[in-house]
Formats: sequence, C-alpha cells, structure tokens
Amino acid sequence: MKQKTLRKKRTKAQKREMIWALCFIAPTIIGLIVLNFYPVINTLWQSFCKTGDFGKGNTFIGFENYGKVFASSEVWHSLWNTIKYALIEVPFGVVIALILAVFLNKKLKGTSLFRTIFFLPMVCAPAAVAMVWKWLYNQQFGLLNNVFGTNVAWISDPKIAWISIGIIGVWSVIGYNMVLFISGLQEIPGDYYEAAEIDGATGIRQFFHITVPLLSPTTFFIVQTRIIGALTIFDLMFMVMDKTNLALQNTQSIVYLFYDYAFTQGNKGYGATIVIFLVIFIMIVTFILQRAEKKLVYHP
Amino acid sequence: MQSARARNIASKVVMYIVLIIMAFIMLVPFVWMILTALKTNQEAISVDPFYIFPAHGWHWENFAEVWQSYNFLVLYKNTLLMILFRVICACLTATMAGYAFGRLRFPGKNFFFALVLVQMMIPAQIFIIPQYLMVSGLGLLNTISGLVFPGIVTAFGTYLLKTGYEGLPKDLEEAADIDGCNIGQRFLRIMMPLTRSSMVSLGIFTALFAFKDLMWPMIVCTRAETTTLSAGLAKMQGQFSSNYPTMMAAAVLAVVPMIVIYVIFQKQFVEGIATSGGKL
Repeated sequence: MKQKTLRKKRTKAQKREMIWALCFIAPTIIGLIVLNFYPVINTLWQSFCKTGDFGKGNTFIGFENYGKVFASSEVWHSLWNTIKYALIEVPFGVVIALILAVFLNKKLKGTSLFRTIFFLPMVCAPAAVAMVWKWLYNQQFGLLNNVFGTNVAWISDPKIAWISIGIIGVWSVIGYNMVLFISGLQEIPGDYYEAAEIDGATGIRQFFHITVPLLSPTTFFIVQTRIIGALTIFDLMFMVMDKTNLALQNTQSIVYLFYDYAFTQGNKGYGATIVIFLVIFIMIVTFILQRAEKKLVYHP
Repeated sequence: MQSARARNIASKVVMYIVLIIMAFIMLVPFVWMILTALKTNQEAISVDPFYIFPAHGWHWENFAEVWQSYNFLVLYKNTLLMILFRVICACLTATMAGYAFGRLRFPGKNFFFALVLVQMMIPAQIFIIPQYLMVSGLGLLNTISGLVFPGIVTAFGTYLLKTGYEGLPKDLEEAADIDGCNIGQRFLRIMMPLTRSSMVSLGIFTALFAFKDLMWPMIVCTRAETTTLSAGLAKMQGQFSSNYPTMMAAAVLAVVPMIVIYVIFQKQFVEGIATSGGKL
C-alpha cells in the first residue's frame, strides 16, 4: 500500500518534469522543424520542379534538373573552383595558425598584443575585407603592384585569380584557427615537455613528438570545420569578382552559382538542385573525414 | 649551459621575427584602408609606392560624404537591431532547451536531441530558398523581422548550453528541490545564472555570425534603407567602384564598431570562440 502511493507520487513528479521539459524544448524543436527540417524537404521538392516565370509556380519535371546539373560543365567547374579555394585556405590557414599558436603559447612578452592583431580579421565583415583586398589587388593603382613594381592582374587573370582569393581566405581565417589551437595547446600537460627537456629533446623534436600527436583532436576539428566552411564559401567571390570579370568563370564557387541561379535569375528549382548537389558532396567529404579520423587522430 | 642559453635566445629572436612579420601582414590591409579613406581620389591613385600619407591634409570629409550619401545611420540601426534580436532569441530558446536536455528526464529526449545534432550537420545553404519563400509569404521582406527570421532558434546554441548545464554539480538542484522550488524556479534562480559564460559565448558567436552574414540580408532586404552593413557595402561597391577613398571610408565605417567592441571585450571574444568552436 505504502509502496504504491510512493510510486504514484513519483510518476506525478515525473509527469511534472516531463511537462516542464516539453515546454522548454518546444520553441527550439518547433523552430527547427519550421525553419530547418521543412526547408530541407521543400528544397528537395523544388529540385524536382521547374520554376515558372518571375519565380512563381512549380511544375514537376522529375530528374530533369539533376540531369542538367550533372551535365553542366559550369557546375563541375564551380565545384572544382571551390575545391581549389579549399586547397589553399585549409592547409595554409591551418599550418600558419599552428605555428603562430605554438609561438604565442610560449611565455613571450607582448603575446596578447599579437593575439589581438591576428584575430582582428575575424571581427570584420567579409564584405569589407573583400573590398579592401580588391583595392590592394588593383592592377593599376593597387598597393601590391606598386610596392613590388609588378603589373600583375591579381583578380582578373584567370590563372592566378583563384590564388589571390585564396590568400584573402587565409588572411581572414588565421586568427580563428589560432585561437582554437591555443586553447588546445593549453590542455596539453606541461609535464610532458619537462620530461622531454630532461631527456634532452630539442624544441623541434618536442613539437613533432608531443605537440602534434596530442593536439591532433583539435587539429582534426579545425580541419573539418574549415573544409566545410571553405566548400560553402560565397562572400569573397561575390565581393571581389565583378560580373564582367573574365576570371569569374575560374573562381566562382558553387554557392555563388547557387545564389546566382536561385536569387539573381529567379530559377529556384535549378538553384535548389545545385544546393542539393553541394550537400551531397559535403556529406561524402564528411563521411571520408570521419573514416580518416580514427587513423589520423592520436587516441592515447 | 652557455650554448643552451644562446640557443634559447636565438629561438626567441626567430619567434619574434616571425610574429612581427605576420603582424605586419595582418595589419597592412587595415592601415591601407584607413590611409586611402583619408586621401583624395587623385592622391589615392598616385602610383608612387612611397606616397603613403595624404599630402594635402587629411580628408575627413570623405567619411561625411559616405555617411550622408549612403545613410550609414540607418545601416547601423538595422544591423544593431538584427544582432540584438537574434542574440535575445538565440539565448532565450537555447538556454531553455539546453536546460531540458542537460538536466531533465523526459520521454523522447534522445530523439529530440538527435534532431538538434542533425541540424548542426546540415549545411545552412539548403535552408535558404524555403526560408526566403516563407519570409516573402509572410510579407516580411525588407523588415527587421525578416532579417532575424532564420536566427530565432539555434541548434548549435542548444548544444552549447546543454553542455554547459551538464557540467554543473548535481547537489545544487537537489537542495533547491528539497526547499520546495519547482523546476521553473530552479531553472531561473539557480541554474541559469550559473551558465552565464556559455550564454556570453553564444551571444558573441551569434552577434559575429549575424554581423558577418552577407547572403541573407542581400536576399531579404534589397532596399538600401532596410539592409545591413554587409549588404549595404555590396550595394555601394556597384555605385562607387572607382572612387577608392569613398569605398575605403565606407569599409572603415563598417568594420570600426565591431573592432571597438572586440578590443573592449577581447577576453570574452577569444574565450567565446575557443570554447564554442562554432563554425563562423
């Protein structure tokens, strides 16, 4: 008898807890469904539709958009441009940031000033950053050509424009990667280095035998976030490349192409297909990275 | 011993040289932006590389000119309101959901939390077309509400706050439970104040993300008087593309507020990014 009432009481408390919990998660869950999960389904649906004139009305056309996307050299070219951008931004952004983080983690004077400076691009709108770099890259009047006495068409020569944009990307992201590296470095116990010191290991050997393996979870996290970030790059291309720029073909990213079709030309169906194409590509990349994680990251 | 010390000093010198060179590279674009903003167009396009400073006085009027012709006051106001509402919405919804996921027991918890995790893995570009259609259907194009719309809830913030709540000791709540506080009181009076640092991280992250976003404001706020700083710059670039001092003055005006806030709240910014590790 006593036990029964006790159980009943508990279920009552549990019920109360459940009601509170559901009220607390309701805004977030409803929001996620309306703002994120429904849009995924809607985008999928639109990718099977032809958008009518002025972006109004959908006609179901099956896989026609997919056929067009996969046959489009423009889409593949943009994907390749995006990958090329990632191949500059990710390795350089990560390696330079790691070196700076290791230096700043040593007890040097002026560390916080350097950290402030390196992190500065992170708090600037990419639109403004791109405008400034476009001016630095200006062929006739830009600072770079004037200082080096060159006449390089930094952003209109199709052969080098993608590198120029990659440089802006590296410059923008170094501080962010560095801050994450520093917090990773601070978690490595100091005893490891003291022991290595006693054994007579030099700074460089310590770096490769202690820092690199113990930092590998942080490194992996940064590399993964930056790869996905780089594959969805838009702002830099949009701000730096004019519509009339001859190198646009060789630099426009896949998200740029998506924006152009879906919102400049109002062809939402085709835009939706491009974005699905991108998401599938990112999912494949993520899958490969997850597989690689077990091999690349050091698990003590 | 002597050689070890010499090596130590040498390595310090190398490190300083690298750091100074990198700091120089990081600062050049900022310096050149400000110097160009203070020149006349004639001076700006002078091709003498050693012609660094404006020779005929500093042309502060460039700032007044862009301020007037592009109504920066409105751009600031729109950006500020968008950031403010997004931060409030994100912190409010995320702290509630984070508390429930981190602290309470209820049926379907794993399922609902899986929804949160799945959202975090999906690239945000896939949401944009339907979100735009919703905003346009609700008649919210060219409004602050339209700008705030996709940021009302945050899966990332929910995850962040859940981790924050999980890290708090258990006996705190048990004591309050015995004192007869209900769950709402426990949450408001005891638990929420203790996750302040996670909230600050989320707030900074949300503000930076909203401030830097270019595509969404360009899509939903096409009129110059309704848009944000980022999208406003994109519009300006089309108009003044060959007037370099004007362009750079606009860029200065767009970046300075956030830089000032960053320099003041540096510690919180750096910690916020380091602990949240979100994708910006």
